[in-house]
Amino acid sequence: MVAESVDLETRAERAESRRGLLIGLPTYLYLILFFAVPLVIVLVYSFATRTRTGSTALSDWNLDSWARVFQGPALEVSIRSLILAAVTTLLSLVLSYPFAYWIATRPARLRAILLVLVMIPFWSNFLVRTYAMKFLMGSEGPLSLISQLFGGPPVRILFTQWAVLIGLVYGYMPFMILPLYAALERMDWSLVEAARDLYASGWTAFRKVTLPLSMPGVVAGSVLVFIPALGAYVTPAILGGGRTPLLGDYIVQQFLQARNWPYGAALSMAVMVVMLIATVFYFRKGGRTL
Amino acid sequence: MNEGTATRPLVDRLLAAHGWLVYLFFYAPIVVLTVFSFNDNSRVGVWTRPSLRWYGEMFRNDDIMRAIRNTLIVAAVSTVVSVVLGTAAAISMERFRFRGQRAMDGLLYLPIIIPDVTMAVMMLLFFVQAFDLLEGFTGIRLNLGLGTISLAHIAFNISYVAVVVRARLAGMDPHLTEAAADLYATPWQTFRRVTLPLIMPGVAGGALLALTLSLDDVVVTSFVTGPGSTTLPVYVFGLVRREVSPLINAVSTAMLLASILLVGVSLGFQRRSGARQGPSDEDEGDANDATTPMVGHLGRVGADAGGM
Amino acid sequence: MSRPAVELVGITKRFGDVVAVDDLDLTVGDGEFFSLLGPSGCGKTTTLRMIAGFEYPTEGTLKIHGEEMGLRPPNERPVNTVFQSYALFPHMTVADNVAFGLQMRKVPSAEIEARVKRVLDQVQLRHRADAKPSQLSGGQRQRVALARALVNEPEVLLLDEPLGALDLKLRQNMQVELKELQNRVGITFIYVTHDQEEALTMSDRIGVMDEGKLLQVGTPEEIYEGPRSRFVADFIGDINLITATVSGPDRVRLGNGQEIEVRSPGPVGEEVTLALRPERLELYDLDEPMPENHTKLRGKVIRRMYYGDAYFYDVEVGLDHPLEVKEENRPDVETYDMGEETVVCWDPAAVNVVTD
Repeated sequence: MVAESVDLETRAERAESRRGLLIGLPTYLYLILFFAVPLVIVLVYSFATRTRTGSTALSDWNLDSWARVFQGPALEVSIRSLILAAVTTLLSLVLSYPFAYWIATRPARLRAILLVLVMIPFWSNFLVRTYAMKFLMGSEGPLSLISQLFGGPPVRILFTQWAVLIGLVYGYMPFMILPLYAALERMDWSLVEAARDLYASGWTAFRKVTLPLSMPGVVAGSVLVFIPALGAYVTPAILGGGRTPLLGDYIVQQFLQARNWPYGAALSMAVMVVMLIATVFYFRKGGRTL
Repeated sequence: MNEGTATRPLVDRLLAAHGWLVYLFFYAPIVVLTVFSFNDNSRVGVWTRPSLRWYGEMFRNDDIMRAIRNTLIVAAVSTVVSVVLGTAAAISMERFRFRGQRAMDGLLYLPIIIPDVTMAVMMLLFFVQAFDLLEGFTGIRLNLGLGTISLAHIAFNISYVAVVVRARLAGMDPHLTEAAADLYATPWQTFRRVTLPLIMPGVAGGALLALTLSLDDVVVTSFVTGPGSTTLPVYVFGLVRREVSPLINAVSTAMLLASILLVGVSLGFQRRSGARQGPSDEDEGDANDATTPMVGHLGRVGADAGGM
Repeated sequence: MSRPAVELVGITKRFGDVVAVDDLDLTVGDGEFFSLLGPSGCGKTTTLRMIAGFEYPTEGTLKIHGEEMGLRPPNERPVNTVFQSYALFPHMTVADNVAFGLQMRKVPSAEIEARVKRVLDQVQLRHRADAKPSQLSGGQRQRVALARALVNEPEVLLLDEPLGALDLKLRQNMQVELKELQNRVGITFIYVTHDQEEALTMSDRIGVMDEGKLLQVGTPEEIYEGPRSRFVADFIGDINLITATVSGPDRVRLGNGQEIEVRSPGPVGEEVTLALRPERLELYDLDEPMPENHTKLRGKVIRRMYYGDAYFYDVEVGLDHPLEVKEENRPDVETYDMGEETVVCWDPAAVNVVTD
C-alpha cells in the first residue's frame, strides 16, 4: 500500500518534469544547434591553421592563434579597448547618477513622462543614432557651422578617440540610467528621512544611505555599459574611421579582410571569456537584488 | 535645518539643469539630423531650403527598397519564431522542474551575454561548416542569405523574449493557475484562458524587443548575409562608414521614425492593458510598465538572475 | 455521519528532507464544518493542497466520498478551493470569474448565466458583476472567491485562511456569514486557519496541527476545555501551565511544596503539567468565605490589566510563573489593587492534566 503511494508521487513528478522539458524542447534544440554547436566550432577553429591562401585547414591543431592573442598588436588593441570601455563606463556613471536620481525623485506623473523621454532614444535604431553623432560632429556638420559662424575654427573631432568615446557614451548611457533609476525608484525614502532624523546632514544621508542602497544599480549599470563598450564595432567603425582599431573591428578584420579565421576565432573567444567574467562579477555583486 | 532649506533648492536646480542637459545630449543629434534630412542641398552642411527631395531619392533607389524588403522579411520571421520559442522556454523554465534545467538555463542566458562580434563569428563559421558538410553528403550547395540571417536573428532573439516573458511569469500569482485547475480547466485551457492573457504584455514586450534587435542588427547580419540579401542596417552601415550624405540623412530619419512608431505602439498597448487591469494605482503602473521592456532589454537585469 | 466526505489514511508529505505532513489520519464527515488549526508552517495548508490535488502525498491514501484520488489532477476532483489570496483572475470581470468553472465543465450558457446570477445574489454582489477584481474591496473580493467556488456545487469546499486578509470587523461579520452559508448549502467545508477564534466560532470539529502532526481532533468545546497536550492548551486561548509532581491518587505537589487536589493525574512520582484557564480562577479577600472543596493558593497581586469587559490579574503564588486570573467586569465582582494580598481559588474539576 505504502510502497505503491511512494510510486504515485514520483510518477506525478516525473510526468510533470517530462511535460516541462517537452514544452521547452524545440527551443532548447534550436539553441543547441544554432548556438552551442557554433560556439564549439569557433573553439575548434581557434586551434586550426591558416593556409597560405587564406583558407582554414582543420588539421595541424596548434596554439599559435591563442599565443598571438597575448602579444603585439592584439595586446595593444585589447588594452586600448579596455581603457576606452572603462572610461566610457565611468563617464556614463558620473553623468547618469544625478540624472537617474533626479528622475526618481520627481512626482509620479512627471516621472513617467521623463522616463518615456529616456526610452525614445533608447529604442531608436543604434546605427542611426551613431550616424547622427557623426553628422553632428563632421567638419561640415552643424557644430562646425555654428563654430565658424562665431568666427571659430571648424570642429575637428571626428575620427578621433574622443569622437568614439562620445559616441559610446551616447549609445550606451541608457543602459546605465535604467538600472540606476530602478534601484533609486525602488528605494524606501523613509530611510533617508530616518537618517536625517538621526542628525545626518543631507550629504551624509546620501553618502551613508542612498548611495549604498543604490549600489546594485551602480554595479548593474557599469557592467551593462562595460560589456557592449568593450565589444563595440559599429561606433568605432563610424566615428573612429578605423584608424586606431579596437577589439571589435580588429576581430572583424581577421574575418573579412585578413582572412585569418583561427586567429579571429581565438580573439572572439577571448573577448567572450572577459565578458563572462564581468557578468559573473555582476551576479555576485548585487545583480541578484535588482 | 536652516542650512537644509537653503541648499535644497540649489541642489534641486542643479539636478534639474543637469537633467535637461542630458536630454539635450540625447536629442540634439537626432533632431538636427531630422531637420537636415529635409535640406534640399546636396552638400550636407549647407542649408538652402526645405524639401522632400532626398526622400524621393530614397524611394527611387532600388538597392534601398530591396534592403528594406529584406529587413522586414527577416524581422517578421525572426520575431514570430523567437516569440513562440522564447515564450515556450520561459514557461518551461519558470513553471517546471526537470533534469538538465540549469544547463538549459545557462544556454538560454548566454546569447544575451555574448558580444555581437563573437556571435557573428559563431554564426559565420557554423554556416560555412554546415554547408560544407551538407554538400559533402548530398551534393547540394546552400548559400548565405535571408535564411541564414533569419536563423541567426532567431538564435539571439529567443533569449531576450524568454527573459522578458519570464519576468512577467515570475510576477504572476502562482495560485491563479491552481485556481483555474481547481475550477476544472485542463492544463491547455489554463494556459489559453489564464496564463497567456496575463503574460501577454510580456509576450508583446518580448516581441517588440525582438523586432527592434532584428531591425538594429548590423554585426551578425553582415557576417551571414549573401548576395542580394543585404538588410537596410547593413546597407546603411556600408554607406555611413564612408560618407555623410543627405540621402543617408533621409534614410536614417525614416528608420528613426519607424523606431519611435514602435515605441509609441508599445506604450499605447501597455497603457491599454494597464487600463484593463483597473484604475487603481495607475500612476505607479505606468512608470513600471514603461520600464518593463527596458529591464528586459538589459536582459541580464532579469529578476531570475539567481538561475545563473 | 453517513459516508465520510474526505478520508486521509497515513498521509505523509515530504519536500526534500522537510516533513511537511507526518503520518496523518483524518476523516471528515459529510456536511461537516471542519477546521484545521495550527501555527504557520504546521502543515495544514499542505494537507489542504493535497486534498485539492495541487500536491500529491509522498505516502498514504486520500479518498473523497469513498473514491481514491491517486494521481487525479485538480480539475478532475469534486472539490473547489477558496484561496488565501483569493486568486481571482485579474483580466476577467466578476461574472466571468464566477462563470469560469461552469464554462470549463461545458455547462450550457443559459444555465451558466442563471447560476452565476443566483450565486452573486447569494453573496450580494449582483450589482458588481461587470467590475474587475481590482475595483473591488477586500471583503467583496473574498465573496467573489467564495461565489466562484460555490457556483460549482462542489462536494467539498476547501478554504485556505479565506478571512486572513480582512480587517477585524469584516472578519467577524464574515465568520457569521460563512457559517450560515454552510448551514444553508450543506456542503462539507474544510477550513484552514491559524486563528483560534475563527476555528472555535464556526467549526463543528477542529483538528489542531503542529509540525506536520495532527495533535487532537474534537468539537470546539472539547478542544478548549479538555486540551490533551501542552501545545493544544497553549495555542488555544490564554492558559496557566503549572508543573507539578503526582503525590497520590487525585493529589499533586506543586513547586512550592503545597499539595492540591487534581482528578486522576497519573502514576505517583510522575511530573505532570496542569492547565488552568484564567477565567476558571477566582480571587478572594483573605477573610472572605470561600467554596468548601475548592483549591486555594495564597498570593499577591503584582499586575492588573484592564480589558474593558474584564480585568486580568497576575498573582504571585510562589510558583515558576505568576498565575493569570481573569475576572469579569461586573458591579458585583470586587477589584484588587497592585500589591494586595489575595487568595486564588478554583474547582479541582477545572484542572486539565496535559502531556508535553
